[in-house]
Amino acid sequence: MEPIDFNRHPSSYLHWKLSVDGAIARLVMEVQEEKPWRPGYPLKLNSYDLGVDMELADVVQRLRFEHPDVRALVVTSTRDKIFCAGANIYMLQSSSHPFKVNFCKYTNETRIGLEEFARESGVRTLAALNGTASGGGYELAIACDEIHLIDDGSSAVSFPETPLLAVLPGTGGLTRLVDKRKIRRDVADVFCTVAEGFRGAKALKTGLVDAVHSRSRFEAKVQERLQQIVAAAPKSARHGPGVVLPPVRPTVDGDTLRYEHVTLEVSPKTRVATLTVRAPKGPQPKDGAELLAAGGNAWAIAFARQLDDALLQLRFVLDTVGLVLLKTEGDAAAVLAVDEMLAKHADHWLVKETTLLIGRVLRRLDLTGRSFFALIEPGSCFAGTLLELALAADRSYMLNDPQRPVHLQLSAMNAGKLPMPHGLSRLDCRFLGAPQKAKEALAVREPIDAEQAEELALVTFAPDEIDWDDEVRVAIEERAAMSPDALTGMEASLRFAGPESMETKIFGRLSAWQNWIFTRPNSTGDEGALSLYGRPERPVFDYRRT
Amino acid sequence: MADVDRFSRIPNNVHLNDDKRLQRALEAWQPAYLEWWKEMGPAMAQEKDVYLRTATSVDADGWAHFDYVKMPEYRWGIFLAEQAGDRKIHFGDNIGQPVFNEVPGEYRNILRRIIVTQADTEPASVEQQRRLAFTAPSLLDMRNLFQVNVEEGRHLWAMVYLLHAFFGKDGREEADELLRRRSGDPDKPRILGAFNQPCNDWISFYAFTMFTDRDGKYQLASLAESGFDPLARTCRFMLTEEAHHLSVGETGLMRVVRRTAELMKANPGKDVRSLGGVDLATIQRVINFWYTYSLDLFGGEISSNSADFFAASLKGRYQEERRDEHTAMNQVKIVPVVENGRLTNKEVPLRNALNEVLRDDYVEDCERAVRRWNHELEKLGLEERLVLPSRRFHRHQGEYARNCFDPTGNLITPAEFEANRAKWLPSEADMAYLRSIMQPVHGIGQIAHWTSAPARGVDSKPFDFEYVRLG
Repeated sequence: MEPIDFNRHPSSYLHWKLSVDGAIARLVMEVQEEKPWRPGYPLKLNSYDLGVDMELADVVQRLRFEHPDVRALVVTSTRDKIFCAGANIYMLQSSSHPFKVNFCKYTNETRIGLEEFARESGVRTLAALNGTASGGGYELAIACDEIHLIDDGSSAVSFPETPLLAVLPGTGGLTRLVDKRKIRRDVADVFCTVAEGFRGAKALKTGLVDAVHSRSRFEAKVQERLQQIVAAAPKSARHGPGVVLPPVRPTVDGDTLRYEHVTLEVSPKTRVATLTVRAPKGPQPKDGAELLAAGGNAWAIAFARQLDDALLQLRFVLDTVGLVLLKTEGDAAAVLAVDEMLAKHADHWLVKETTLLIGRVLRRLDLTGRSFFALIEPGSCFAGTLLELALAADRSYMLNDPQRPVHLQLSAMNAGKLPMPHGLSRLDCRFLGAPQKAKEALAVREPIDAEQAEELALVTFAPDEIDWDDEVRVAIEERAAMSPDALTGMEASLRFAGPESMETKIFGRLSAWQNWIFTRPNSTGDEGALSLYGRPERPVFDYRRT
Repeated sequence: MADVDRFSRIPNNVHLNDDKRLQRALEAWQPAYLEWWKEMGPAMAQEKDVYLRTATSVDADGWAHFDYVKMPEYRWGIFLAEQAGDRKIHFGDNIGQPVFNEVPGEYRNILRRIIVTQADTEPASVEQQRRLAFTAPSLLDMRNLFQVNVEEGRHLWAMVYLLHAFFGKDGREEADELLRRRSGDPDKPRILGAFNQPCNDWISFYAFTMFTDRDGKYQLASLAESGFDPLARTCRFMLTEEAHHLSVGETGLMRVVRRTAELMKANPGKDVRSLGGVDLATIQRVINFWYTYSLDLFGGEISSNSADFFAASLKGRYQEERRDEHTAMNQVKIVPVVENGRLTNKEVPLRNALNEVLRDDYVEDCERAVRRWNHELEKLGLEERLVLPSRRFHRHQGEYARNCFDPTGNLITPAEFEANRAKWLPSEADMAYLRSIMQPVHGIGQIAHWTSAPARGVDSKPFDFEYVRLG
């Protein structure tokens, strides 16, 4: 197995320039055309691919942890008349369906992460569109708190995907138009079908941007606005020094990826992987100051980042793995001690960032299109934060063996600190029809054995030691044999009971609509618009509606 | 032709009287146009009589009428070439079908973009040239400048007619925008780069009309092939007018070269500048500047737009009917591109390389003009020659914009380019020199020292005719 290196560092960014000056961070997109993530397509007009987006994800993560004094982030470009042309079309053309899906998912998670950063970390984000922002370029802008567009008679914001490529703006653009910016649906309909988009005054009038400035005053106006943002920033617990997070690099051992606290072991033959998270060993920070001192080596931060990397490897590299068995190992008390620190010092900025980080990683798990079964066995530590893994799983199996007792345990972290994409805790989502059951479970802070866990409905099955091996084996084999497409759709439909949020709408529509369109001949068939983009032939559509 | 209505507020041959909605729209636009003309049109002689030709019909014989006219009173109108009875689309994916007389919905946006981009160049050049009359080298040159200006104004009318007649509210908004953008304005620049460059001396003016207007000729010629018939007919008539502009540039530069050659011949070894002339090196640099900016106007060497426009039968090739094959499918064109720091030949599907195909025709035409100028040098037995730089040199659009090339087309480093910039392109000092010799010559039959008089005037009038009544 050849894992992808998702680590990036500002000193070696190819496509972005990040500078931090006091409370203002300036992020400049300068995509190097001849440095695509894989060969075969030049990144013209500040278009992006996975490599560009990994750097963006790194930027946001670094701003959270390394630069707590930042109060305003401006995203702009220095290319004349171009902000960003969105995802590179030739890259999409030459990508497999699974890659396209996972690329879109990743870029969406990055943008949602940017929004969470603004909301939770008290940083106002501003897109300074010094030129045209089309497709994913405008989707990046619309993920910022405010959008300033240069008014030069030619620069526009646009979603040309539907008229030009017969696909959708796949990075949350459509949803954010109507749900976030509250653009009237008929206005949005017009906007999304005019390939060239709207310029200056029209973009402002329709609410697609928040301000337009003439070319000669653009820089000054944006600067002025940034100063205003900084001056008006509410008092925040976030302040330096920050912490620099080390790169996350697994060692590869055949079909196994090993991280300090996480192991991902793949069985290619059965298409089953085992993802194990281990409890902290040794002393962990007791408060914010100690966490700051430990930085990325603290278990709470380290295990989350390692789990995150393993999930990305699963998505991008291990596309034949259909079922992931979630396991934990170690001392539950050590996990609960970390949870206690996270709850007790939640006001400390780094403690808060750490909790937010764990939340994001667990949401990445929620949104991973694989079957997850939690196996709760002797030696495991499904407690507090790590219990969320079991609650996130599609099913859980807990061994009921009086000779080798196994326990679960809840903590304050299970009470809404690590929300799912729709904002509910996994417990509340689980007990949507019986909210008191979540309260009942949370009231129990002692270790919970298999029988009690079954009674509290915290696990799916609790086979005894006689049935265990066979039950688990059959369940695994049965699952691994079913259609991966149907399973992905079924799981995604069952996981998010309850209300919708912008985030669930974005991922739901990405999964359902965009991915459906991606497999339809009108976009990706031999005569489809995406296939033929940039080629001499025109697309031929099958005009039957489904 | 009987159909031309010469006497209504807006002269036309499109039956404007029968289309009240369109007539009202254009009449509403007219005052804004005149206001723009007064503000951005020629900065002198607006109230003087200028001997201008005015289009009065679209017949090959006798379409133009010459007379004295004050420019703001010029009869700007709307003239389309005759409609051919049952014209069929003759290229692209719609080949063989009847031409479009209305805008097909699916092509509305790209067609509007084509028209707006072309339209934007018309007022732009008028703005670029607005102060040139002050330093005109002769009354005939001044008159030619004004003729070019009023006709660019008319071309704007032609394009605005299309926008108003076929593109509804969007079209009207675009027509208004055409009067709001300004050449070289940092806030509201014209759309294309060449049309934002300053053109403040007559050498540049000649080079502009020679090279940049010549791009216009090739664009108009490929749009004259359009399956959208009103556009084709509009462009066909515009080409008739444009021919004069090109000749102003081509002969203008030829007259300067001739004068320079005379000065060189009479004063061997002497610096032409010390004799008050324009040295060949400076002429070469001005050529290098305008030729390369004009090459940019053709668009990218490898272009999905070019394929789209052709496939949709909206923009053909130059003289499409003379070609053997009209789908441009299953053919390739070799385009040199930079890959891994080296020039390599790349096979590009022909439809995606049509900008380059059009550029080929243009380059050939420019080479012909350069040979004509060099003939002036040859005639006097001079060894020096003018040349066109490589089409890769000094580019701001397309495949070659990201790298630096020398005038012969070799890949060089940015540092090498900068080191030679003053050798290859007009410097501040060159421009200052040109400005210094641009002294007005406004007497009847007189000519500036740095150029030579043309062999003949216009409309069979002699050179010493009072083409502009300045008195």
